[in-house]
Amino acid sequence: MFDWAFALRILPDLLRALRVTVQATVFGMVLALALGLAWALARRSVSGPISWSAAWFVEFVRSTPLLVQVYFLFYVLPGVGLRLNPFLTGVLAIGLHYSAYTSEVYRAGIEGVPRGQWEAATALNLSHFHTLRHVVLPQAIPPMVPALGNYLVAMFKDTPMLSAITVLEVLQTAKIIGAETFRYLEPLTLVGALFLALSLCSAALIRWLERRLVLRTAERL
Amino acid sequence: MKPIVRLRKVNKSYGDLRVLRDLDIEVAPGECLAVIGPSGSGKSTLLRLLMTLERPDSGLIEVDGDPLWEMERGGRQVPADERHLRRVRGKVGMVFQHFNLFPHMKALENVALAPMRVLGLSRREAEARGRELLGMVGLEGKVDAYPAQLSGGQKQRVAIARALAAQPRVMLFDEVTSALDPELVGEVLNVLRQLAQDTDMTMIVVTHEMNFAREIADRVAFFDHGRVVEDDTPDVIFANPQHERTREFLRAVIEV
Amino acid sequence: MPRPLDLLPFLLSGAVVTVELTAGAAGVACVAAFLAGLGRLSRRRPVRWLAGTYVEAFRGTSALVQLFWAYFALPLVGVSLDAMTAGVLALGLNTGAYGAEVVRGAVRAVPQGQHEAALALNLTNAQKMRYVILPQALVAALPPAGNLLIEMLKNTSLVSLITISELTFRGQTLRAETLRTVEIFGLLLVVYFLLALLITSGVRALERRLSFGMDRGGGR
Repeated sequence: MFDWAFALRILPDLLRALRVTVQATVFGMVLALALGLAWALARRSVSGPISWSAAWFVEFVRSTPLLVQVYFLFYVLPGVGLRLNPFLTGVLAIGLHYSAYTSEVYRAGIEGVPRGQWEAATALNLSHFHTLRHVVLPQAIPPMVPALGNYLVAMFKDTPMLSAITVLEVLQTAKIIGAETFRYLEPLTLVGALFLALSLCSAALIRWLERRLVLRTAERL
Repeated sequence: MKPIVRLRKVNKSYGDLRVLRDLDIEVAPGECLAVIGPSGSGKSTLLRLLMTLERPDSGLIEVDGDPLWEMERGGRQVPADERHLRRVRGKVGMVFQHFNLFPHMKALENVALAPMRVLGLSRREAEARGRELLGMVGLEGKVDAYPAQLSGGQKQRVAIARALAAQPRVMLFDEVTSALDPELVGEVLNVLRQLAQDTDMTMIVVTHEMNFAREIADRVAFFDHGRVVEDDTPDVIFANPQHERTREFLRAVIEV
Repeated sequence: MPRPLDLLPFLLSGAVVTVELTAGAAGVACVAAFLAGLGRLSRRRPVRWLAGTYVEAFRGTSALVQLFWAYFALPLVGVSLDAMTAGVLALGLNTGAYGAEVVRGAVRAVPQGQHEAALALNLTNAQKMRYVILPQALVAALPPAGNLLIEMLKNTSLVSLITISELTFRGQTLRAETLRTVEIFGLLLVVYFLLALLITSGVRALERRLSFGMDRGGGR
């Protein structure tokens, strides 16, 4: 039933495609981390409209399917003059989608810093920017790492959606192999196994990062 | 008369911490035993062992003539099976310091649960008994209230009614007023007084309320470091303690 | 009807399929979450191991890959599923694995005192779970379960890739026919958003009903 020889033959192709998966995830995560912080700060803004729009935007993006958002950008962007290749479109879609989730993590993390810290910073006459940069964010970030890490793992598992807009990541490659050889069992099973391996590795990486950050803050206190 | 509760050489440790040492104690049927002593002396552990919430490391525990963790089979003593355990456990009831009422059930439902599901009464019979018991503790107007809508004293009285509804032969009270605001303590102690004086229920009451213990207990046992240091009538213990440690403890408690 | 609303009837018939899929997969997910969540808390090691493997396997791989595997690979080991069944099963088992962790967390969150009170009343383990623990765990599990239900709704869009004619598939069909991409995908997003809002308010209402009388927030 399961042709191991065939599986070994196609493995190099899948591993090559896995690189695309990893790249898409890493770039997507960088975008999500940056944008997420922007939305979180916007939601805390004293300006009503800004805060309100950011809140609704985040809620809208979180509640709608990533696949539809991918299609949206893929078909709509060229129309407004932005001709990106499928890979970049996909990265943009994933980054935007996950920025909605990371913004919630940032918000919870920032609100988790005790009010007394803000008050001490005000008493020292620090500007809002410096307060965030030197007092609040350094304390807010370590507890956020597990949640952000979970989203990294989730993002890996969402990259196969990019196969719908012809990005040559690992699921698309598996589909092509299947269409050519009529053998779907081995490529799809291998893809599943590869994702499982990726998940476990990322989870271990996150735990390591958690330990390192916790130790450093404990020493400081 | 045969004791209704008997502990022989009972030992219990939590890790390195030895909580009960070769504990020997008996309670006669219908007796009200007050257990006093400093924190960590093993008082609560005694109750938890009797209620089978914990297992002793060694020693014998008997309730109404039946060993808790052993049973007879074919003339020999073997480890007790689930059925035996449940049969003996049914003779003991417990009221907790933190009430542990079921928050998703009304007061009447809390009280009627065990009669229905354990004793096999019909819903009508169980609720009738529940109303009766809630009336006995002064809460006939609160049968349809949820625990969140009750004061601490009311919650504890429901807890007492609930434990009584299961028809135990021995009732255990684990510092049942310690978590209450001072002005609510009295209403709970009144129920205990009622039970002690008007019924022949066997009661073991772990408490810090010395005056109450003196008033209603038939016997008082002073615990320290996992042992019974002194065990006598309230008059002796409170007015004329024989052991130095007992005197020390009472001095510290009365002063506060 | 004015543009873009003239597209709605065609899209909304796909929305019906989306709702059916969500409901069906949610049913599968509930059963799986319940069994696996309680399984992970079992005293018997083989049961714990089995439940744990299911949870880790389905959480560790991609929903889309699982979907494709159910539809394309399963026939090659003898199990041929039609697209709807493959969709409902794959999505249900995927979300069920996350649900198992929610169930596990909710049961463990019930205070120890409740277990002790049930034991003191001489309830059997089964009676304890049925009358005391699970009713309380259910209320605690509702908010995260609501989030998972929204994830499920979003995941139904994936079955468009195995040709089920739900909302997203219809959107793609319309696009190929009319090229009115902005309107189509804009509408799609709005319909999904409204469905998500419906789910959220429904879950909140259910939460309020089930926790009636209870003091939510760690009661004794």
